[in-house]
Order: sequence, then structure tokens, then C-alpha cells
Amino acid sequence: MLVKMWINGEAIRDHIDPDMLLLDFVRRHGCASVKRGCETSNCGLCTVMLEGKPILSCSMLAARAEGMHVMTLEGIQEEAREFGSFMAGQGADQCGFCNPGFIMNVLAMIRELTDPTEEEIKEYLEGNLCRCSGFVSQLRSIMEYLKYKKGEQDGSGK
Amino acid sequence: MITIKKYLKAESLEQAYELNQKKNNRIIAGMLWVKMGSNTIQTAIDLSDVVSASVSEHPDAFIIGAMTSLRTLETHKGLHEYTQGAMKESLRHIVGVQFRNMATVGGSIHGRYGFSDVLTMFLAMDSYVELYKEGIIPLEEYANRKRSKDIIINIIVKKEDLRMAYLSQRNTQTDFPTLACAVSFGKKGKRVVIGARPQKAMIIEAEESALEIPESQKDKLADVLSGQVEAQVITGSNMRASAEYRRHLARVLTRRACLQILEGGAEKSC
Repeated sequence: MLVKMWINGEAIRDHIDPDMLLLDFVRRHGCASVKRGCETSNCGLCTVMLEGKPILSCSMLAARAEGMHVMTLEGIQEEAREFGSFMAGQGADQCGFCNPGFIMNVLAMIRELTDPTEEEIKEYLEGNLCRCSGFVSQLRSIMEYLKYKKGEQDGSGK
Repeated sequence: MITIKKYLKAESLEQAYELNQKKNNRIIAGMLWVKMGSNTIQTAIDLSDVVSASVSEHPDAFIIGAMTSLRTLETHKGLHEYTQGAMKESLRHIVGVQFRNMATVGGSIHGRYGFSDVLTMFLAMDSYVELYKEGIIPLEEYANRKRSKDIIINIIVKKEDLRMAYLSQRNTQTDFPTLACAVSFGKKGKRVVIGARPQKAMIIEAEESALEIPESQKDKLADVLSGQVEAQVITGSNMRASAEYRRHLARVLTRRACLQILEGGAEKSC
């Protein structure tokens, strides 16, 4: 079947099998940042934004995204790089396999929540698993990044 | 891994209904549970274009489209206020925001899953299921039936003077609940719903001895009601907990939820 969608602003048309997952579709079209992790909708590695909302691309049919806008890390590289530098600065970047999905969800959170508390951050990111960091350094990097975005920090947390 | 031979976005409810009568065809809602199986689906029927994915609030009811995501329910201000935060509490532990952006209320209710926080929560309210062919039936009746081939269009929650609280116990964050408990005090009486027993959620109506206790005697009322729940709830054992532990949890969570209601509800912000 033929589908059309926008990936990172670029219109894509392709023939797919009806059971092709969105994860495989975006990877076929050059978005290697989107990772296959648990495949049980639990780990958050495959997070992309669909019409601005974070979803799990491993659990969505590509056919269902017909006519929609999909955003992956490749489409928000500048923001991702900026936040990624805070992760590196706080030692939150270890094996790196969960980073793309994690960063996507952090950026989705920042778009959705205004000035989130530590509790709200933890709650929003519960669907992103990391087996290296223990989450403390990741949380620290988000807190520092949020301070930086509010102008309360000069970027030294990077 | 599921195999799908054909994918179709239904253009009308009648088309979706007719297709759904065939054994190997299947409606896909959020698809999160369906995906975990290893079935071959001849035609996957997508209802996105024919079933609402939003909540509309009316003076006497909430009408919730079956394709509404759990995240939409969780962040809906009207539902949050009506349930004094219980709606959000029942949903916020389910996997993660990405998952809840995909999972739908219709899929959750249709599945009647034993682990379902959603079914537990809705059974504690005056809820109804609107089916395409059969019309509107009480959720309690729907939950006790075998799965049918009819299509859920809306979930309707009739408003009343309701106070409620929702609590659950999990072995780890985002896991299925070990036990879920929704308590509501409405005009029809006091109701406790125990979910993840691990069987499908069970309704326990307060008996006369609990209804006779004035609400000013908070501890006594909480003790009597939670005692009734402990005596009546049917629990089972699985990898998460034993039947005995669940029975004990049912009493503890009911008591806490009851006190939460009597002390004025949970959180205020959405």
C-alpha cells in the first residue's frame, strides 16, 4: 500500500506492507536515531513525535501515520545538541543507546509543560528506561537545562 | 508479532461493523495489547476517522469518544475536577506518556483486562458504554459480558454529586498494578471497585452497617467499609502477589481512599 507522510518536514511517499511499523519506516528513510529496544512498548527508545506528541514508533503502524507529521531527533538537531551538552556535562551520557528517545521525550515535555517540578519531570519521563545512568544524572541535566532556558544559569552545567 | 494482511481506515461505522463480523478481521484501537500477540489479522480496521477521540463535557455528563487517548483523559480539567484528581491518579502510572498518548479508552474498556486501571476507575462512576448497534448499556453490564463484535462509540459518565479517590499498589513504577482500588461516594451509596485482583475489576457496594455511620466518624466509617471489602473481595495469586496479600491490600487501600475522600480529596491541580 502507498502511504504519504512528512518526516522532519520532508514529504515522503512509499509503498509499504500493511503491518510495517512506523519505527521501521522512519529508519528506512534515514532516521537511524530511532532505536528498537524492548518492542513491548515499555522502554521509550523508539520515541518520535507524531503531530507534536511523543509516541512509541515500535507500537504504531506506519499506515496509521498517513498524512501526518513525524518528527525524529534528526529534525530537531539544534535543540537536541543543546540539551545533549547538558547530559554530557552531568555525566548522564553513558552507552548512549537510550539518548535519542530520552531527548525526544524531554523536548516534548518542555513543549507541553510550563516550568515542570522535579516530580512532574520524573513522572513525564517514566516511560524512558536507561540501564546505565540510574536516572539521577539525567534528572540533574534536565534541571540544569531548564534553569539555562529560563536564564537562571549561564550554561556552566554543560 | 502480529501479521496484518490488509489495513483499512473505515469510512463509516457500518463499514467497520460489517468488516468486524468476520472472524479474522480485527478493530485496532491503540494497538498496544494487540501488538503483543502473534495473530494473523486479515483486515485491521482503523476507527480513527469514524469514532471521536475527544471528551465533551455537558451539564449532566461527560461523553468520551472511544478513540480518546488515556493521556487526554489524564489531562482533562473537567474530569480532573469531577473526580477530585482520581482520574489522573488512575492513569499516571501506566507505562509512560508516550504509551498513554496511544492507548485508547475504548480499547481498554473493550479488553476488560484484569490489570486494567481504566476499567476499575470507570466502574466507580455512573458509567455507560454506547455501542454502535446495541445502544447505551451500563458499563457494569458490559464488563460482565463476553466480548462481542459490536463497536464502542462512546463512554458516557453521568454526573452526580460524587466524591472519589483512586489508589493502586505496584511492585515497581509503571508495572501493572498489584491491586487497584477506586472508592466513590455518590447519591446511590458508597461503592468500592477492586481491580487487578488479578482478575477483572469487582464492584463491592457498601452494606447497611457502613451506610449508617455518619461521615463525621471518619475512622469508624473507613474501618467498617474496608472490613466489608476485605470480607467480600475475591482475590487470586500470580507472579506479582499472593491472594492473601491482595486481600490485605484491598482493606488497606480502601481504608486510605475512604479517609482521603472524608478529608476532602487528593490533589487540586491538573
